[in-house]
Amino acid sequence: MSSTFTKVFDTPVFKGKISFPTGLYIGGEFVKGEKGTTIDVINPTNGELITKVDEALDADIDKAVKAAQKAFDTTWGLNASGAQRAALLNKLGLLMDKYHDELAAIEALDNGKTFGWAKGTDTAFAIQTIKYYAGWADKISGQVIETDENKLCYTRHEPMGVVGQIVPWNFPLLLLSWKIGPALATGNCIVLKPSEFTPLTAIRMCSIIEEAGFPKGVVNIVTGYGPTAGAALSSHMNVEKIAFTGSTLVGRKVMEAASKSNLKAVTLELGGKSPSIIYDDCDLEQAVNWASHGIFWNHGQACCAGSRIFVQAGIYDEFLARFVARAKNIKVGDPFAEDIDQGPQVSQQQYDRIMSYIASGKEQGATGYFIQPTVFTGTTPDMKIVQEEIFGPVGVVIKFTDQDDVIKQANDTIYGLASSVFTQDINRALETAHKLKAGTAWINCHNQLHANVPFGGFKQSGIGRELGEYALHNYTNTKAVHVNLGHKM
Amino acid sequence: MPSTFQQTLDTPTYKGTVNINTGLFINGKFVDPVKGGSIDVYNPATGKLLTSVAAGSKEDVDIAVAAAKQAYKTSWGLKVPGTQRGKLLNKLADLIERDLDEFAALESLNTGKPFAVSKRFDIGATVSTIRYYAGFADKIQGKTIETSELKLAYTRHEPYGVVGQIVPWNYPLSMVSWKIGPALATGNTIVLKPSELTPLTAQKLAAVIVEAGFPPGVVNIVNGYGSTVGQTIAEHPLIQKVAFTGSTATGRRIQEASAKSNLKAVTLELGGRSPNIIFDDADLEQAIKWASMGIFPNAGQTCSAGSRILVQEGIYDAFVEKFSAAAKALGGAAGDPFSASTQHGPQVSQTQMERVLGYLDLAKKEGATIHVGGERHGEQGYFIQPTVFSGTNAMRSIREEIFGPVASLIKFKTEEEAIEIANDTEYGLAAAVFTENNARAIRVAHALEAGSLFINNYNTIENGMPFGGYKQSGHGRELGEYALQTYTQVKAVHINLGMRL
Repeated sequence: MSSTFTKVFDTPVFKGKISFPTGLYIGGEFVKGEKGTTIDVINPTNGELITKVDEALDADIDKAVKAAQKAFDTTWGLNASGAQRAALLNKLGLLMDKYHDELAAIEALDNGKTFGWAKGTDTAFAIQTIKYYAGWADKISGQVIETDENKLCYTRHEPMGVVGQIVPWNFPLLLLSWKIGPALATGNCIVLKPSEFTPLTAIRMCSIIEEAGFPKGVVNIVTGYGPTAGAALSSHMNVEKIAFTGSTLVGRKVMEAASKSNLKAVTLELGGKSPSIIYDDCDLEQAVNWASHGIFWNHGQACCAGSRIFVQAGIYDEFLARFVARAKNIKVGDPFAEDIDQGPQVSQQQYDRIMSYIASGKEQGATGYFIQPTVFTGTTPDMKIVQEEIFGPVGVVIKFTDQDDVIKQANDTIYGLASSVFTQDINRALETAHKLKAGTAWINCHNQLHANVPFGGFKQSGIGRELGEYALHNYTNTKAVHVNLGHKM
Repeated sequence: MPSTFQQTLDTPTYKGTVNINTGLFINGKFVDPVKGGSIDVYNPATGKLLTSVAAGSKEDVDIAVAAAKQAYKTSWGLKVPGTQRGKLLNKLADLIERDLDEFAALESLNTGKPFAVSKRFDIGATVSTIRYYAGFADKIQGKTIETSELKLAYTRHEPYGVVGQIVPWNYPLSMVSWKIGPALATGNTIVLKPSELTPLTAQKLAAVIVEAGFPPGVVNIVNGYGSTVGQTIAEHPLIQKVAFTGSTATGRRIQEASAKSNLKAVTLELGGRSPNIIFDDADLEQAIKWASMGIFPNAGQTCSAGSRILVQEGIYDAFVEKFSAAAKALGGAAGDPFSASTQHGPQVSQTQMERVLGYLDLAKKEGATIHVGGERHGEQGYFIQPTVFSGTNAMRSIREEIFGPVASLIKFKTEEEAIEIANDTEYGLAAAVFTENNARAIRVAHALEAGSLFINNYNTIENGMPFGGYKQSGHGRELGEYALQTYTQVKAVHINLGMRL
């Protein structure tokens, strides 16, 4: 039995009524959890309850995995041709086009990002990602490898089976698309746990997935807490692979659970403390703009945020003045008001955490979970705000003189997700980029992502790559087939 | 002002109107040819005139190339990201699907294919091929190649610019899709010549290309003769690449024209005399069905047709008897393409029919044994009876491509003999092996000199599998990811990060 979430929006940027079924989406049905418990979904703009959603516990995860396995054995996996999978993913993309504004509104309501960003970036990019992977579905190819003429040797890139996917709260819909796109294109069935902070767009997607015509059980979406539902998924004996995006701390737990259960394959997209290196000879205006986007985008709640900004001595004062002025110009307020750049942080918890980091620097006044863009200078490399991931609109600006030294400082971190380099000298740009230990190196830009370019971390920022053709590897098992054409024993 | 061709059909399989503009499609508009001129288009099922379509000449090709070049520099090429190119291709596929029945009706009117076949195979396949390439448009990838840390070395797979495409009459719209799909996905602009025998579906395609939103000049469709429009394309100094599907004889002329002009890249999809090898231990029932599928559909007008059927002696007599019976039954289902019970259509033109009949006479003269068929079917239209004759690989009627519903049978003893006979041809487009012995199937397949190998099936073409010839059946591959290579040039970029002289 499903319940329905209904809300009427009457805001300057979005007006409309939305109404969609909620529940745990298992085997093509919306159901309550076996224990009947619920999770409160809070609006970070005002701290009030939006709605309650059903909670998934162990037994529900098990049910979802069984439904996924059934679908994999009958209506999905290699029972559905690549062309069929492509057609359904394309249909999904077209339906998301149709519901574009609605999805953006739900995201802004649930996460606190502005409607403008949710529409123009999150939802738009999510749709593009789904359409991108639709194009791969009928192009999954292995290799034929020459050994000798008495043999036919080839590889198949087979779907893994039931895959578990755990999605965070910072880009709920977008990161859901990064996960389901390649997994479905390659023929897997999914049990996906959205974040308990931001489950609404994921739940809305259930009925869109159904409308697109995916067979029952191919996609199962079950909201729950990490220590219960997330843990159950990570340690389930019939889940062949777990893909997790979130904090490094929890990423370890996922990997541990995998190793203690069935050694399921693990890919992790974790935290970062990414360096932006700004040389004297950069285009200063552009560097300021990109560095600002690098740290303040999504209220600083981006794993690849350029949160350590290294500025060469020659332009340091000028950069800082312009950067601080720009930070001051960021308008913080209601996500559904016009002309607002930044909404609240996603939750009380996150707000408290960031504020405690700020307390170890300079304190700012705030209302709701709103935090003013904050800039620190005069730091030393061992400070908490320099080493640890804050995940808020808090940038640290560090002066440097020497190229080799800044590269060393930039690499002096357990993380390795992203980096950026600003300079007009192509040799310096590429040399620096090649030496930085990070999965993405942006040159004269930051936070630029494309559905077809891979993204992921070095070191403790993660394992594996999302997006691009690379993501397909995460969701296939390689089988080598050796056909004897004439060797005799 | 170009005219339109319109006809209302009231048939058991299609009730509705077909409607096309008959002008040349250049720079997003239908225009009259510079020198006037048109070519009559016939209905091969009846032999009657359908309409006439504009015929271009050198001047029109020049205008089209200029438009394509301009579009490439401004509104296509790498100016438009792959995602956008993919979006337009998907839209095009959607529109063709929307008008599926009308396209199928036009195709059947123009070629005589049974309506159900036009719909499911020709037009249906067109939609899926375009969708397949829509999905590749944002996945054109070069490589970075490790050399040393003093260099950034990588490749780009860039479009050519303006490409020329010449398309045959046997699968008119479907062959257009094999060409424009990868060419547009990779960012090229196109000047395409349909066959002057079968231009109707290309004319309608032009209209939906506009509706889909392709910028003017990206696709230009110039109907005309091979000796004028085709020749101009092949020798045009501003066309960087030409792709041709048709006869080996014309393929030679295209390659020669390129050699004598600007050495434009050439890919050719030519004829075939493909061997279908059936061993004693084949599943006989299935082998007969597939062998029939290999030669008789489309009245045998398929480049990869399994037109030489090599049958091992142990099952030879049984095969001849049952296969001939199947051929005869098919002949009984010849007729009006719009009748629901029709399974066998005409040859595309009077000329083609006479050519096939000429080979049948030759076969008889060379001492071949005719088991069934061997004559024209009826008096109206260009129908030929499904024919089965047997002989040896030395006969000209067995070595040369007939391109009709004519199966040539050859008896063989051993596997080695079969392979030798199969490879004893200047062609190499396709081949098939029927046997229940897996190791033998693959071993023989690997030994055959052909671009497509079918084991226990025939002509199950897939969007993802490359298709093309060995030897004089052509060079280059269509379909699959391989077709992308056909329409891109590789640029290697070496960036010095610190090497000093």
